[in-house]
Amino acid sequence: MTTVATRPDTARAAAPRRRGRPPGHSGAAGVLLAPFMVLFTACTLIPIGYAVHLSLYSERHSGLGFGVAETVFTGFGNYSRALADPAFVSGFANVAKYCALYIPVMIGISLLLALLLDSALAKARHFFQLALFLPHAVPGIIAALIWVYLYAPGISPVLDAMDSMGFQIDILGHPLPAVVNMAAWQWIGYNMVIFYAALQAIPREILEAAEVDGASPLRTALSIKIPLIRASLLTVVMFTVIGALQLFTEPMILQGSAPSVDSSWTPNMYVFTAAFQRNDNGLAAAGSVLLALVAAGLSFAVTRFGRSRAARAEGGMS
Amino acid sequence: MSTLAAERRPWTMSKVAVNAVLLVAAAYMLMPLGWLLTAATKNAGDLLSGQPVSAERFRLGENLSNLFSTDGGLYVRWYANSLLYAGVGATLCAFICIAAGYALHVYRFRGKEKLFGLVLLGVMVPMTALALPMYLVASEVGLVNTYWAVLLPCLVNPFGVYLARVFCAGYIPTEVLEAARIDGATELRTFWSVGLRMVTPGFFTIFLFQFTSIWNNFFLPLVMLSDNSLFPVSLGLYSWDTQTSAFPEFYPLVVTGSLLAIIPLVTAFVILQRHWKAGLTAGAVK
Repeated sequence: MTTVATRPDTARAAAPRRRGRPPGHSGAAGVLLAPFMVLFTACTLIPIGYAVHLSLYSERHSGLGFGVAETVFTGFGNYSRALADPAFVSGFANVAKYCALYIPVMIGISLLLALLLDSALAKARHFFQLALFLPHAVPGIIAALIWVYLYAPGISPVLDAMDSMGFQIDILGHPLPAVVNMAAWQWIGYNMVIFYAALQAIPREILEAAEVDGASPLRTALSIKIPLIRASLLTVVMFTVIGALQLFTEPMILQGSAPSVDSSWTPNMYVFTAAFQRNDNGLAAAGSVLLALVAAGLSFAVTRFGRSRAARAEGGMS
Repeated sequence: MSTLAAERRPWTMSKVAVNAVLLVAAAYMLMPLGWLLTAATKNAGDLLSGQPVSAERFRLGENLSNLFSTDGGLYVRWYANSLLYAGVGATLCAFICIAAGYALHVYRFRGKEKLFGLVLLGVMVPMTALALPMYLVASEVGLVNTYWAVLLPCLVNPFGVYLARVFCAGYIPTEVLEAARIDGATELRTFWSVGLRMVTPGFFTIFLFQFTSIWNNFFLPLVMLSDNSLFPVSLGLYSWDTQTSAFPEFYPLVVTGSLLAIIPLVTAFVILQRHWKAGLTAGAVK
């Protein structure tokens, strides 16, 4: 857990200055922490607990489905129902394919742009940072709406221009790249700014030493800059994976124009449909819990992998 | 330094290449926004037939007046709702985060790091995976389809607490707090008049990010609200978009409404560059 591992360091570094605190201040600490803790409990801990509880029950209709439904304890019944449903599983498959395309493309481009902006050759750095970041100020739903227009033949000036050059692209027939492009547009600039900030924080002496040793800019980027911002890279990968699992808005909007996107195209859409169209709260709760577990497991795996790589790199250096 | 040296150097091939790549990237990022700007000047027919913008077919005024009058000015209501959710939500959230971050920075108490670990775990729980469980709880306590259903979850931001702790560590020297205590200020008074004031830049950073995430939020209101007079702009535009295939006159409304909906955030990000950069830096660099 790189985020968890690196973040408290910042706070701990300040700890030695906090010596000699007179006693009797825990009351103030309690008052200041209370609003957050109450809301955190109400809006995070209780919903998670309640979802786990609901996921263990099902509504049963007696006889032919008429009469009053009764709630019965079914243990892991909802979980096995979700996991046995090809629609739920294929949602995860879609997200896996999406990650395989989106993560390398988005991270690769943001890293490349950050390195270019960090190089001595870039002009107008403030303008480029702002221009690349601006899509993040656009709500995801509006970004998706704009791109759906830009994907529509006849409406889109981009497709028309390509058409007149002899390229005919049927983007709406390929939902995966269509969604990847929408997400990349929103997140490349955001992550580029994070990488750029990390690059700017690299001590200049290290880079000057590399220059004195005759390392080319490319070589410096690959063997010095990228390894030194690994913590930021891992954080971004982790948040990207968590975000990818939540994929909802973009395919939901695309649904209207791309017939191959169905109402369970991602696990989140499946959960939404289960709750609001099938009124099956037990199944929806089980799906939510499974989704959260996969997210937690993946972010744990990413940070674990990153930490062992980092430990090996440090061991190699000493 | 090296930047100055580079500026004095003539335009070499690699310098042209680097800036050309950056320009292409900037064009890709700005193109959809430019399209939105031109599309908002067209009526439904011109929009769907891909007519280029022209002075005699400039219908922005007409689109705006339709936007404000459709369904009895519902769009204005949505806009006001968004301002309420994002304005009130982000202000309170920033206060709550700063208070918690300040307490975690200044005080020592048992189980503090465990508590902080729990907060950081909260950062990793996907927001949309929480939205449905929140809906289930809210329907249990009768809050579904009320302002509270959207507002209350927006007050919680574990990442904001983390940021607040980092900002407090950076902005508040312990000596200043000691001086306030020696002057006889109570702990809460010290927080209010000394701590909070010194960490104001951090307050604005958290406010800005929370405002953005509430303004852009779609899933939570979609799950929680069914009465369209409570909708924020994002959900309202979605509800209109689902009608466009049956009623093409909604196309210009969705486009013009989208344009107006992104103006506050784009303006804020242009003006407050220092604050969002500070937030992303604190999140990225250890």
